Amino acid sequence: MARLDLHGIHKEFGEVTALAELSLEVESGELVSLLGPSGCGKTTALRIVAGFEQPTRGELLVDGSDVIPVPASKRNMGMVFQAYSLFPNMTARQNVEFGLRMRKVARDKCRARAAELLELVGLAARVDNYPHELSGGQQQRVALARALAIEPAILLLDEPLSALDAKVRVDLRQQIRHVQQRLGITTLYVTHDQEEALSISDRIAVMSDGNLEQVGAPAEIYRSPHTEFVANFVGLMNGFDGRVQAADMVTIGSSERPIGVHEGHGCTAGGRVLVLIRPESVQLEELVDGAAVPDGAFEGKVLMHTFLGSVTRMNLSSDVGDLVADVPSLRALTMPPDTRVGVRVDPAGVKLLAR
Amino acid sequence: MASVAAPAEKKARRAPREHRRPSFWTIFWLIMAALYFLIPLYSTLQFSLETGQHSYGFKWYGQTFADPMFRTSFLFSLRLAVETVIIGLVLMVPTVYWVHLRLPQLRPLMDVVSILPFVVPPVALVVGLSGVFNVLPWMLSNSQILAFIYVILALPFTYRSLDAGMRAINVKTLTEAAQSVGAPGWKTLLFVILPNIRTAMLSGAFLTLAIVMGEYTISSLLLFNTFAVYMYYIGNTEAQPAAALAIISFTLTWGAMMGLFLLSRRRGRGSSPGVTAVSR
Amino acid sequence: MPEDRDTVSSVSLETVSPLEARAPALPDEPSGRSRRPRMSRRGVLTWAGVVPFLAYAAFFLLIPVVVLVFKTFTTANGGFTLENVRALASGQYRASFIASIQVSIISAIGGGLFGLFVAYAAVRGRGPRFIQPLLTTFCGVASNFAGIPLAFAFIATLGANGVVTVLLADVGLHIYSHGFTIFSLAGLSLTYIYFQLPLMILVIAPSLEGLRVEWREAAENLGATQSQYWWRIGLPVLLPSLAGAMVLLFGNAFSAYATPYALSGGGINLVPIQIGQVLSGDVVITNPRLGDSLAFGMICIVGVTVLAYALLQRRAARWLR
Repeated sequence: MARLDLHGIHKEFGEVTALAELSLEVESGELVSLLGPSGCGKTTALRIVAGFEQPTRGELLVDGSDVIPVPASKRNMGMVFQAYSLFPNMTARQNVEFGLRMRKVARDKCRARAAELLELVGLAARVDNYPHELSGGQQQRVALARALAIEPAILLLDEPLSALDAKVRVDLRQQIRHVQQRLGITTLYVTHDQEEALSISDRIAVMSDGNLEQVGAPAEIYRSPHTEFVANFVGLMNGFDGRVQAADMVTIGSSERPIGVHEGHGCTAGGRVLVLIRPESVQLEELVDGAAVPDGAFEGKVLMHTFLGSVTRMNLSSDVGDLVADVPSLRALTMPPDTRVGVRVDPAGVKLLAR
Repeated sequence: MASVAAPAEKKARRAPREHRRPSFWTIFWLIMAALYFLIPLYSTLQFSLETGQHSYGFKWYGQTFADPMFRTSFLFSLRLAVETVIIGLVLMVPTVYWVHLRLPQLRPLMDVVSILPFVVPPVALVVGLSGVFNVLPWMLSNSQILAFIYVILALPFTYRSLDAGMRAINVKTLTEAAQSVGAPGWKTLLFVILPNIRTAMLSGAFLTLAIVMGEYTISSLLLFNTFAVYMYYIGNTEAQPAAALAIISFTLTWGAMMGLFLLSRRRGRGSSPGVTAVSR
Repeated sequence: MPEDRDTVSSVSLETVSPLEARAPALPDEPSGRSRRPRMSRRGVLTWAGVVPFLAYAAFFLLIPVVVLVFKTFTTANGGFTLENVRALASGQYRASFIASIQVSIISAIGGGLFGLFVAYAAVRGRGPRFIQPLLTTFCGVASNFAGIPLAFAFIATLGANGVVTVLLADVGLHIYSHGFTIFSLAGLSLTYIYFQLPLMILVIAPSLEGLRVEWREAAENLGATQSQYWWRIGLPVLLPSLAGAMVLLFGNAFSAYATPYALSGGGINLVPIQIGQVLSGDVVITNPRLGDSLAFGMICIVGVTVLAYALLQRRAARWLR
């Protein structure tokens, strides 16, 4: 159990700044995800923590002591790589034992520990298989067991699921989370998949272009993104230019019809804002044959349906521009393309960012 | 208006690696290799240019090019090379096409047959062939026979080039597409498949060229005066024209290989594997 | 225990939703079952497509080998004999096999190790980017630069009056007075390495590229030193490819005829040279079938090396893709 602090970690590759003064604290036993598109610096950050890269400047503290001078082989951090990192010439058991053997742990102890960990990741029956005899998901579970075998201070995962099929990905991320919580191990998890980050993390650090955009609990990141980047990267978001009319009222574009918002958004009345609306906060009602648009709603037309299972994603055109709404599939059936609809927005689902 | 969906990102690319200096051993081994490659070439070049104690010139090259036997043997080998390429392609292209299209189960057999020329070294092949020629002596009366034998020598390279080329274009789909618009089989091969495996055919042809132009074992043992036999004959009599010939021969090989390299470059697939001939 | 066979090609019940599960099992062979009844006639026509090639290969490759093997094991009267094979085990023939094997082993190991280091330097040495394509092209040329011109090049370099020989003599090292000749074991091996080295680089480079950076980093992450990584992972993983490549080099050297012939003017006792002499009637031999048995011995040795190479490659492919 250890606490990890990154203080002003800065990394330049020649002219390119990969990480700009990254500061992040990971509490003991916490799982923090580094989330961002490729090239945002999240993998570089992880590799610096692991010791595979040296930061240009900055401090990296494990339980308060600086580990920058410590070589990767002595940092005691277990790392799980993207894929194919298992030693191909060793069985699952030998892979898991490897770190312990390097630490000169007695043979029978290695065996017992490897058996225990492979049991933990559900591969007790596969101990004597070679990596090429295991599926991708099984390989990653062995890799997890191998990283845990050395009882690392910190567990590092570098997109461990990105090479796997969708279904396996979901199963395995739950398993990783389960193991992580059971062992209470401090974990840094790198991913570009926002759904993965939202589902697995205690906190998420969203990164872009080497900068930290926002750190927060998954629900917080989803519900109140601090920047436009976070809003667009995490989940699907409708975004409009708008103007604050009153503490609980905004208008969108050139439309006169106001939309209600919850107070406390911190934007001054009369100011220009970016109005962000989640698709699930858009409510639609069918307008039968020339019925008037009801109060508090504006008019729209259904363009297209995309069936996603329990919900149907609808593309709409409206007074204020195109938007996307997620509607329960059963309700969507009553609103085929070309239907005139009244569009309402749940005030709780509206988020304003000052422009 | 900014209605944006989350970027659907498939593969995360790794951040650029730090540019570390190449280590001492990297430089050491690369220089060793360069020296090993270049010193014999340099020595040969110097030798071929020496015309007196301390004078240099192109005398030996001039003498070589003026030798009528140089011309005859060179043209003879060149003719054999062209014949070998043609026979090889006419034999192999339809065969490989057919195997890809209709007899994929025959691929392992083709693979085995195509490496057999490695298993039977040229000198052993001559032993076997002379056993056959004892029964059919008329076969040896014409130098054309060499081209037919060289097809076997070049087989591994021709086959591998063509096989790789056809694998890359998905012959079956292309053929079915052509047939769906009504093209008969031979037209499909000629106008659909051939243009698409041009690179593979050319790379096979260049390798064949390199092999035939340098082939000594078979032609010398069957008593034909090919370019390599002429070269050996000159080497036995005069050392410096021989060096000039070696340089000419190297330039030829280099030319053929550069052609091959440029071809594979243009295709953007790096250089093709197994660019090695058997004229040892 | 859940089994998640989730590689791209294999589909299990777990990874397939009930909706998809029905779809994939259908055969995608249009010419599959329905045409079975007419198969015999069509089948004959289909197989006819490869007859020209197989006939060609049979006539110019297979039949000569069969004839050769047949002659090896028969007497002039047609009776079975092991005499021809037995003759290989004695006198100059035995010596020629030993010499051939020696030069092949030395040039395979020498060229193999040299090539391994050069290829590693090019593939993983963090040198400039142009090194690798340049080296590949050059290897293509150099491995084809063999036979007569190669022999001339080495005579010009290390012959009695060769450029390097003279240069070494100038600094006081007279290699010819120390027993070196261009057709000694050392001279032959040095010459052979000229085509062995590039072949090794071409053959081993893909395997070196297959050594994943993740393995080294994972080992480091788990506490291994550089040398622990090499002994426990790097070398064991490379071993099949390495052995395979060296076996290939062995066969490559063993078959060489033109190079040693031109180096020595035919005056060196190697198996291919012996065969050449029998064929060209340069030597008077009592048994004309010795050429066949020598060639038979040669094919056996090279055949075993090619087989070993293929098997080792297959094994290597399991680990390095």
